[in-house]
Amino acid sequence: MFEAIAFYLFAALTIGMFTITVMTSQALYALTAMAAGMIFISAFFFILGADFLGVIQIIVYTGAVMALYAFGMMFFDTTRTMVEKRENPRVIFLLGVLAATLVVFILISPIVSGHLEARYPIDAAVGNSQAIGMILFTKYLVPFEVAAVMLLVAMIAGIVLAGKKMDKSLTLMAEEEIARISAIQTSQDAKEGVH
Amino acid sequence: MEITLAHYLVLSGVLFAIGLIGVMRRKNLLMLFFATEILLNATNIGFAAISHYYNDLTGQMFAFFIIAIAASEVAVGLGLLIVWYKRTGKIDLDIMTSMRG
Repeated sequence: MFEAIAFYLFAALTIGMFTITVMTSQALYALTAMAAGMIFISAFFFILGADFLGVIQIIVYTGAVMALYAFGMMFFDTTRTMVEKRENPRVIFLLGVLAATLVVFILISPIVSGHLEARYPIDAAVGNSQAIGMILFTKYLVPFEVAAVMLLVAMIAGIVLAGKKMDKSLTLMAEEEIARISAIQTSQDAKEGVH
Repeated sequence: MEITLAHYLVLSGVLFAIGLIGVMRRKNLLMLFFATEILLNATNIGFAAISHYYNDLTGQMFAFFIIAIAASEVAVGLGLLIVWYKRTGKIDLDIMTSMRG
């Protein structure tokens, strides 16, 4: 009973918040509504017994990702309201058909997969965090390390792209400047070819 | 009034549809990133629900990797967005036509 109340309450809140995120014309409203929606989603993880996932959801999304977005928004001019173009009703029709098909597939998927059995069953005697740790560092060790390398690459990419002392970076130059430098480069190469 | 797996999957589908509407509707790139975050979170709910109802930890593992991918996507995407904003002064999708084929 309480599970049902919690589910419907948080479902309504999450859908409302994400609708605001998608529909509003103010960037700040969208950001705050999405941060609230992320926290409400972690409530589903707690209801489902995935405690560690819920904590990670709060820390990573509302702690790191939202802070990063708020930091990025300081660079952009967010005071003006955004003009969204919507002149294509065919796209909206296609979108509606796609969403309806998606819901149908989602509804029939538990019926199709009725004979599935658990490969890594949840042990009730072991806590959720402990069980996650045991599975993650035995069965999923290689994907875990690959994810670590991917995060490192993403961190380096973020530093290189958004770093301050990148005046000589190719990504910040105007197109004419890049063309000029590449022309000098090719003329030098041609001279070296002659000698 | 018991909450079944279908309830969670319908919720996941509804949130995914909302994110899809955002992806199709937005022209501002920052708002487009918000919509992709909604898509990733909708799938996470589905994975956690299946993990609970089939008594299997694999779904939660996939949700963890999706969170890691989302974090790196935000880092790289925002870096590129800042570079683009410094060069052009706008983050609208419509003016990004320099790679026209």
